[in-house]
Amino acid sequence: MVEFAGYEMPVQFPLGVMKEHLHTREKAGLFDVSHMGQAVIVGADHETAARAIETLVPGEIQKLGVGRQRLTVLLNDEGGILDDLMVSRPATDGRLNIVVNGACKHADYAYLDARLPEHVRLERFDNRGLLALQGPKASDVLAKHAPAAADLKFMTFAELQIGDITAVVTRGGYTGEDGFEISTWDEDTEKLAKLLLDDPDVEPIGLGARDSLRLEAGMCLYGHDLNPAISPVEGNIAFTIGKRRREEGGFVGAERILRELAEGPSRLRVGILPEGRAPAREGAEIQSTDGKTIGIVTSGGFGPTAGRPVAMGYVDTDHAQTGTEVHLIVRGKALPAQIADMPFAPHNYYRGQGAGK
Amino acid sequence: MSVKYTKDHEWAREDGGVYVVGISAHAAEQLGDVVFVELPEVGKTLSKGDDMAVVESVKAASDVYAPISGEIVAVNQAIADEPAKVNEDAAGAAWFVKIKPSDAGELDALMDEAAYNEFVENE
Repeated sequence: MVEFAGYEMPVQFPLGVMKEHLHTREKAGLFDVSHMGQAVIVGADHETAARAIETLVPGEIQKLGVGRQRLTVLLNDEGGILDDLMVSRPATDGRLNIVVNGACKHADYAYLDARLPEHVRLERFDNRGLLALQGPKASDVLAKHAPAAADLKFMTFAELQIGDITAVVTRGGYTGEDGFEISTWDEDTEKLAKLLLDDPDVEPIGLGARDSLRLEAGMCLYGHDLNPAISPVEGNIAFTIGKRRREEGGFVGAERILRELAEGPSRLRVGILPEGRAPAREGAEIQSTDGKTIGIVTSGGFGPTAGRPVAMGYVDTDHAQTGTEVHLIVRGKALPAQIADMPFAPHNYYRGQGAGK
Repeated sequence: MSVKYTKDHEWAREDGGVYVVGISAHAAEQLGDVVFVELPEVGKTLSKGDDMAVVESVKAASDVYAPISGEIVAVNQAIADEPAKVNEDAAGAAWFVKIKPSDAGELDALMDEAAYNEFVENE
């Protein structure tokens, strides 16, 4: 057990990080992510709530459809990322649900309270738990209890009955696999966890495998790969910036972000594949092959599915092209590596029958 | 000759004038699945407590320290080639190095198996 975001959380279960990781990619893993912050932003109507949050995030929220979820980022006045968050629209009314990182939630709530206009309010769901069921068997497992879950498409959600538990079920997750995030009232969360763990295809998964799975999937861990100095353009998550928003601006930090979109950022988050067997971990310096410092590794380790070490980090943009040879400084030695495309393990999302993967 | 243990979970066992050194089964279990081992060069001279090798699991990297001072006279290339062996037989086939001691008396300061097991219990 370790302390994480003010919670006692397991690094691993008896299976161990490696087998938990592989089990999730092969069958289904259950993650307790109840430390994450769930809240709702409420305005008089959708446009009011959407316009208010759009001053702080660059995502397209006004046109977000009912039953849809979108990843975007909470920005500071300099266009740096305070957190990455999910925004979803539960109904035609003025509510927007958000899910923020556990380690950032108190700061996020204080920021939203301070920066949202008076006629739009933030309500926290401190009494809701969140479970993630991830992996190719996730849909089959959940559909045994809630058949409609199988029909949900990637990044859509619905309120479903799972046995006698009422839950908000969203298709998506943080592993690159098909799967669901399931929000329930606190008193139902443990019961739901037990119900899902009763399935022979489901194993409990700890923080260790959660980290290696998201790293292989090329996804950022806030506080490591993203921080308040980094913009979404530098973070290589410009997909969190809506098309209309790129034309109109109107969010904090827009000046920098629109300039970086037009001119390119000076540094960029990239994937990195070390050539040998030695993992390069967070903090390892990245050098050009002629020994100049060009960046730093922000996440790295062994990728159980990739079967080799994998990493991500920031490099000066002129060294960011896929295939560029670099050196990673590990224990004083320069290890050869290449800038590489992410993800390191293919994404496997459900986008609907016949839609392909 | 009995096996001796350090508080950093290395073991050392005398074998024909040199000491075979590895990490304990307890340490291997705590690390989880080992994915990388870095061994020192043969011929290197180390003092007791110096960084001797590196062992990495999916979770983390850990240093392995020299349990006694001396010269590295052999390394177990098999565990560098197949790091998972460390999880299979940490106390035996997955030894790390052989050290020719400069002062075999240093062994006396280490724990015997009973003391080590008690140390692990109370850790």
